[in-house]
Amino acid sequence: MVQLTLPQNSKVKKGKTWPKPQGATNLRSFRIYRYSPEEGGNPRWDTYWVDMDRAGTMILDVLIYIKNNIDPTLAFRRSCREGVCGSCAMNIAGRNTIACTKGFDELPSGEIVIAPLPSQPVVKDLIPDLTNFYAQHAYVQPFLQTATPTPEKEWRQSAEDRAKLDGLYECILCASCSTSCPSYWWNGDKYLGPAALLQAYRWLIDSRDEATGERLDALEDPFKLYRCHTIMNCAQVCPKGLNPAQAIAKIKHMMVERVA
Amino acid sequence: MSGPQRAATRPLSPHLQIWRYHVTMLASITHRITGAALYFGTFLIAAWLVALAMSAETFAMMQGIITSLPGKVILYLWATAILYHLFNGIRHMMWDGPGIGFSPKVASNVSVVIYTLAIVGAAALMFVAGAF
Repeated sequence: MVQLTLPQNSKVKKGKTWPKPQGATNLRSFRIYRYSPEEGGNPRWDTYWVDMDRAGTMILDVLIYIKNNIDPTLAFRRSCREGVCGSCAMNIAGRNTIACTKGFDELPSGEIVIAPLPSQPVVKDLIPDLTNFYAQHAYVQPFLQTATPTPEKEWRQSAEDRAKLDGLYECILCASCSTSCPSYWWNGDKYLGPAALLQAYRWLIDSRDEATGERLDALEDPFKLYRCHTIMNCAQVCPKGLNPAQAIAKIKHMMVERVA
Repeated sequence: MSGPQRAATRPLSPHLQIWRYHVTMLASITHRITGAALYFGTFLIAAWLVALAMSAETFAMMQGIITSLPGKVILYLWATAILYHLFNGIRHMMWDGPGIGFSPKVASNVSVVIYTLAIVGAAALMFVAGAF
């Protein structure tokens, strides 16, 4: 359901402003979402002043700088620090992206607000609970399904058919797209969201897969696929430059074609 | 607390409160708003036709309302809504039919063009209709 405001327990209160680092000349302020399940209460916005000359080049560097030098209790997910694992996805300056590939020079001017991925239950600070997101991914069965006997060596695929998977297989499951989508915000329990649908299309057009009919059946209801209204936030934010909106439109096409 | 109970107490992360709008996102919600506005506009047409059917006096009164300044403003907004919904509707057909216009850059630029066409087009319509 559409709910434009946050529930009472989720309203973000004003938090504390942490002291500025000594002797720094190139300071920049970051307003970061804080929530601790141990402390309870409402989430809050804490303000940190970061010495940009010592913090590295990416937003992930800023978070690590804060954790190392200012506030060790700040919690966030990170792993590869080079845009392949998808762990550090979060909302930076009002747009979802992965912190490790978002450079200082790409930021708008003024204070930078950093929040967890939108409209998700928060475990702690910048860490959302993505159980629902992963369950939706599992629902589309992202693996090869065949009826014919397994060939002796391998499932062959022509270069042309393989090229159809470009722009689809690169998804790193960071959830930036799904949690950017207003349709997903309002109907995330029934609408599968851009990431899962991009993955569904990746298997629908795989020339080796033989479960196309069953896959389309699994998407055929008013919500799972058709809640996409081409708002385009998914394609606008994808840190890998993929286009879930287009993949969803192609699934809709397949739906029409199999009836025609 | 066990897992599910704790999950129920978790706060929901902010969404509209923090989002920096894309023009395509704005274009999408405008499509819905203008669509709703067209229902209201259809009601206006009906009122105008009913006035026409009733008597010369009621029709003259209705004409008076429409050609007053607030009436003209409503007509202009209505015309903008019609044109916006029309042009964006064509864009939706391009998306769903041939499947073109999906790249973020193209979609953003087309959104700006549609806004411009609707605003300027409605003014041109009013001008042709002799509203000013």
